[in-house]
Amino acid sequence: MTSETTTTTTTGVAEATPAAPASQMIGGGSSVIGRIPWTLIVFLVACSVPWIGGRYNTFLAEQIAIDALFAVSLNLLLGTTGLVSFGHVAYFGVGAYVCGILMKTYNVPFILAFPAAGLGAALFALVSGYFCVRLIKLYFAMLTLAFSQIIWAIAYKWNDVTGGDQGLPEIPFPSFDWLNHVPWLGDLKTSDQFYLLTVLLIAISLAIIHRIVRSPFGRVLTTIRDNPERAAFIGVNVKLYQLAAFVVAGTFAGFAGALYGLFSRGVFADYVFWSKSAEVMIMTILGGMDYFWGPPIGAFALVWLNQEITDYTQYWPFFLGAILLVLLFGFPGGILGGVDMLWQRLRRARRA
Amino acid sequence: MAPSFLFSQFMGGLTTAMFLFLIASGLSLVFGIMRVINFAHGSFYMLGAYLAWQGVQWFHPTGPGFWAASLFAACGVGVLGAVVERLFFRSLYGREELYQLLFTYALVLILGDAAKFLWGTDQLSVSTPPVLAGSVQIFGSTQPLYNLFIMAIGPLIAFLGWLVLNRSGVGRMVRAAQMDREMLDALGANVGTIYTGMFVFSSFLAGLSGALVTPIQSIVPGMDVLIIVQAFIVVVIGGMGSFWGTFWGSVIYGEVLSFGILIFPGFSLFSVFALMAVILIVRPWGLFGRPL
Repeated sequence: MTSETTTTTTTGVAEATPAAPASQMIGGGSSVIGRIPWTLIVFLVACSVPWIGGRYNTFLAEQIAIDALFAVSLNLLLGTTGLVSFGHVAYFGVGAYVCGILMKTYNVPFILAFPAAGLGAALFALVSGYFCVRLIKLYFAMLTLAFSQIIWAIAYKWNDVTGGDQGLPEIPFPSFDWLNHVPWLGDLKTSDQFYLLTVLLIAISLAIIHRIVRSPFGRVLTTIRDNPERAAFIGVNVKLYQLAAFVVAGTFAGFAGALYGLFSRGVFADYVFWSKSAEVMIMTILGGMDYFWGPPIGAFALVWLNQEITDYTQYWPFFLGAILLVLLFGFPGGILGGVDMLWQRLRRARRA
Repeated sequence: MAPSFLFSQFMGGLTTAMFLFLIASGLSLVFGIMRVINFAHGSFYMLGAYLAWQGVQWFHPTGPGFWAASLFAACGVGVLGAVVERLFFRSLYGREELYQLLFTYALVLILGDAAKFLWGTDQLSVSTPPVLAGSVQIFGSTQPLYNLFIMAIGPLIAFLGWLVLNRSGVGRMVRAAQMDREMLDALGANVGTIYTGMFVFSSFLAGLSGALVTPIQSIVPGMDVLIIVQAFIVVVIGGMGSFWGTFWGSVIYGEVLSFGILIFPGFSLFSVFALMAVILIVRPWGLFGRPL
C-alpha cells in the first residue's frame, strides 16, 4: 500500500469523508506503524498458512479470504458510492453457479470458468443495475432484494441446470498437476494448492479494487455518496457512475462466488438466499465501511467469532444479532472506526 | 380444465392472499408512517404462531382455547413491539436507512434463535378450532370452513383499518404524521405516542396473523424469513404505505402464485419476484401508492 496524502475530492466535502484519518492510520502518515508494509505481511502470512497452520486453519483462512473479497466488493457500493444494496448475494451466486456449472457439467478448465464467472456476474449486474440505480434509497434496496430473490428462485427451481434444491455437489478442483515438480508447492494437498491460488487471486482482486477506489473514478463515486445533487451539478453523470460501480462490485462478487463454490465443493441455492446479503453487510459494517480494509477485518472478526462461539453453543445467530446491536448503537463506525477514534484521542492527549 | 377446479384454485389463491394481507398490512402501515422497512415483522409473525401454540397448551388443548390463545399471542407480540419501539427504534428514526434495515435484521437473528431456544426445532401444530373444523361444497369444490373464515377476516380488517385511518380523529393524526412529522410535532401533537401506537398495532397484526395461520400450517423455525419476503412483495405491488394497495397487492400475489403453478409449474416463485421487480421498475410507489 502506498502512502496517501488524501485531500479527497475537489468538491469541498473533505470534512465529510472519514477516509483521510483512516489512511493516515493504516497506510501512510509519518508514524512508525504507518511505515510497516501491512498488506505485504498479511499476504505472506496468508500464504504460509498451509505449512504452519494445519488443515483447519487453512479452511478458516480460505473462508476469511473469500468473505473479505465479497465484503470489499459490497463496500464499493455501500461505503464508497453510498448505495445500500440488499441483494449483493445475487452476483456472488451468479459467479458461483456459472463457474460451478461450467466446471462440473461442461468440464471447462478453471482458467476459463473463473473469468466467465466474473463476466456472468458483470452482465447480470449491468442489466439489474440499469434498473436499480434509477431508484433511490429504500426502493433501491427493495429492487436489489427482488433481483437477488429472482436468482434464488431460478437456482432453487431450475433443476436441470442448477440442480434445484439438491444444488451442484462435488464440483471438481482445478487441476494442479503442473505444480507436481515445483519444490514446496508440489508436495501440498490439492485443497492447499487451491487455497494458495485463492489467496493469490483475491490479493490481485483487492489490489485492483484498491486502485479503483483511489482513482479519479473512485473519487467521483465518493462525491456522489456525499452529495449526489452537487455531483450532478458539476457535470457528473450520476446514474452512469453508479451503474459502473454496480457492475464492478458485481463482477468481484462473482469472482468471490466462483472461488467459494470450489472451496465448499458445491453450489447450493441456500448461498443465494436474501439473508446472505445481510450477513455480508454485517461483515462490512463490523469492520468499518468508511475504510478500505474495514470489510476484510470484519470478515476476519466474524469468521473467528463464529468458530469461537459455535464451539460453545448452537445459537450463533443470536450472538450475531447481539453483536450487530452493539455495533449499531455503540460503534457505528465499526472496528476500524473505533480504533481510529481511539488513535485520534491518544494523539491529541500526547500533543496536549 | 373444469370450472370447479379453476374455482378451487382461485379460492386457494384468495386464502393465501388474505393471510398475506393480514401480515403485510402491518408492514405497510409502519413503512407508510415511519419510512422504515421492518424485516422483524416476519419474526413477530413467527412469535405469534409460537405463542398461540403455547397458549393452546395452557388454556385448552382441544377446544375453544384457540381463540383465547390467538388473542394472547397477538397481545404478547404487541407488547414486544412496544418494548422494541421504545427501547431501540426510537433512536433510529433520524438515522440512515442502512442502520434501520440492519437493526430490524438484528431482531430477526435474535428472535429467531430465541424461538428455537424456547420451543425447539421440531414442527409444532395446532388443531383447527371445532366450530370451523368442517368444510362446505361451493360450485363443486370443497372449501374448509377455516379458509372461508380467513377470507372474511381479511376484508374485515382492511375495512376497519380504512375506517379508522380515514374517518376518525386518531386516523387523522396518523395521516398527518405520515405527511409531515415535524409540523405535527410543532402543532403540539404527541408524535412519539402515535409512532409507538402504530408500531404496536402493526406488531399486534403480525402476531394475530401468526396465530391464525397455525391451524393450516405447521410452526417451524425459518417461517419468519420466508414470510417476510412474501410480505415485501405484496407491499411493493400495492404500494408501500397504502392500505388498500396492500389489500389488492395480496390478491394479485395470491392469484399469480396460485395460477402461476398451473401455467408454468415450478416457476411461480420466479414469477412473483419478477412481478415485484417489474412493479419497482415501472412504478416504484406501487399500483395504489403515491410517489414520495
